[in-house]
Amino acid sequence: MSLDEHVIEVRDLSRKFGAFTAVDAVNFDVRRSEIFGYLGANGAGKSTTIRMLCGLLAPTTGHATVAGKDIARDPVGVKRSIGYMSQRFSLYLDLTVQENLQFFAGAYGIGGKKQRVAVDAALERAQLQDSRNVITKSLPGGVRQRLALASALIHKPVILFLDEPTAGVSPDSRRDFWRMIRGLAREGTTLFVTTHHLDEAEYCDRIGLMVDGKLVALGTPPELKREHVAGAMFALADTDHRALRAALAGDARVLQIQPFGRRVHLRVDAALGTPVDIQSMLTGRGVAFGEIQRIEPTLEDVFLELVGGAS
Amino acid sequence: MTSDANPQLQEKGGPVIEAQGLVRRFGKLVAVSDLSLHVAAGEIYGLIGPDGAGKTTTIRMLTGLMALDGGVARVSGEDASNVGVREQLGYMPQQYALYGDLSVDENLTFFGRLFGLNRAERERRKDRLLEITRLAPFRKRRADQLSGGMYKKLALACALLHQPVALVLDEPSNGVDPVSRRELWELIYEFVSDGMAVLLSTPDMDEAARCHRVGLLHHGKLLAEGAPDALTRRFHHETLMVRTANRDALEDLLVGREEVLALSPEGAELRLVLRRGSTQALLAWAETQVGALHWEPSKPAFEDVFLGLLADPQSCSEPAATELSGGAQ
Repeated sequence: MSLDEHVIEVRDLSRKFGAFTAVDAVNFDVRRSEIFGYLGANGAGKSTTIRMLCGLLAPTTGHATVAGKDIARDPVGVKRSIGYMSQRFSLYLDLTVQENLQFFAGAYGIGGKKQRVAVDAALERAQLQDSRNVITKSLPGGVRQRLALASALIHKPVILFLDEPTAGVSPDSRRDFWRMIRGLAREGTTLFVTTHHLDEAEYCDRIGLMVDGKLVALGTPPELKREHVAGAMFALADTDHRALRAALAGDARVLQIQPFGRRVHLRVDAALGTPVDIQSMLTGRGVAFGEIQRIEPTLEDVFLELVGGAS
Repeated sequence: MTSDANPQLQEKGGPVIEAQGLVRRFGKLVAVSDLSLHVAAGEIYGLIGPDGAGKTTTIRMLTGLMALDGGVARVSGEDASNVGVREQLGYMPQQYALYGDLSVDENLTFFGRLFGLNRAERERRKDRLLEITRLAPFRKRRADQLSGGMYKKLALACALLHQPVALVLDEPSNGVDPVSRRELWELIYEFVSDGMAVLLSTPDMDEAARCHRVGLLHHGKLLAEGAPDALTRRFHHETLMVRTANRDALEDLLVGREEVLALSPEGAELRLVLRRGSTQALLAWAETQVGALHWEPSKPAFEDVFLGLLADPQSCSEPAATELSGGAQ
């Protein structure tokens, strides 16, 4: 199988609920082994897309294939080819680690010797061999999350959907989790991920961004930053954002002012490219500021630029 | 442990939120151990730490919802377990129970009554909060039909209705999209600029970097404390970006090694946080295993500092001058 093979193909996919269009003529492809991030505000149409791609919801118009199977004509085939894990993933907390894995294996029709092999492999993947008889409830959050991942993988899906898999998880656990995700991608699994952590979206090979049901941007994280965030960004130390806003009110070169702890992030016209430019812009305006540093835009800046609503 | 002097404390005559030697046990487990911190008026203090570090337990003690096994928790100088403290304190837990079948307006009215506000005062504050949260157009909408971000803003408005001097938020933007999250922060900054003291917990290091000061909790103890910028400046391990033909092989080679405090891919490169002084030897060895590497130093991000501190609590203490000159490559 070639790495260029598309394991997800989405063509003019739409879904309406009554008069409301939740997903509006969306097109994209996801390649085998790719980590694809699907971003958007709450209500932008991410979950509706995922439900369609998982064979849980029929499209109104358009079509999509997942692992070569048409989502409308063969939803059962789609469900067998994919795994799904979310923040709200329901492990059975009163069952042991091993019983949870056995349950999910059984749900996918894996029994007998095959089940023992699959459960052992899952325990190893999640590094839970020594905890197989532990009641799930007593596991810490990060470990529970590894178990949820192993459960979602028990039937060796071609594609794994991760719906906000790390919400409320601390950075150290998140890194471990993403290391496992990259390992899966290397072994040939395709990952389709939604997240509100935009620093985490940086780990994705490519990103699609949804706004009001439409796919408004598609590309690698560096491409998106280059194409969608205009101007130059600076961090000003020891600056009061209210004072800065007042001092720069009406200056057309100012694109955005955002408080950031004791600093303020200032985005201005690209003609002002150096800290010296900023210094001369601010001098004589009666606002106190500390050290000025040029900084790079983040995916959050891309997101806010495209999704809008930021003040 | 490191700490920054806070000049506001002297000016304003004492902290608004104060923990002195807090202790809390659950059976044999010591969830919080001899924890001291303070939050001044006009300050945002972020509690950070791995899952299970004791952040929520600390917050529950400081909001008077959990008894202490030792120490003192005070808000505005008053013991946190006194019922009167509720007047001083706004609190938004992780799971905030608004009345789903009541409208935005009715929820605010309910909480206003709870705090015994008279009708005129209640309406005045409601109008102002609805305006600044931009929820005014949705006054009649049922709470269970709000988006996640709007629901959070309504919860915040309810927590602020009685005009507390201290606001405590447990993971305020969990599950909130980036646009709503920035709006939430704009709101927090507005109130803080007017003098409110804010204590919050967060698993998000970008959010932590927006606080005036942070405290890193680990196994119930405060490992480090200070302004994110100051901690980042004092961080004395080595952060670098490595270019290689085979990023994955390098990651596999380095993961788990004692010198490696953190690693993560960034595009085609690998970002590393290495123990001070270990870079040359480690990467020279790595080159013999996976082929040529190109690396250059990078400024540490606050997440690098967080991960470095978990591996080495002394990461941000002032190093001796001799150590510094001896360790740099």
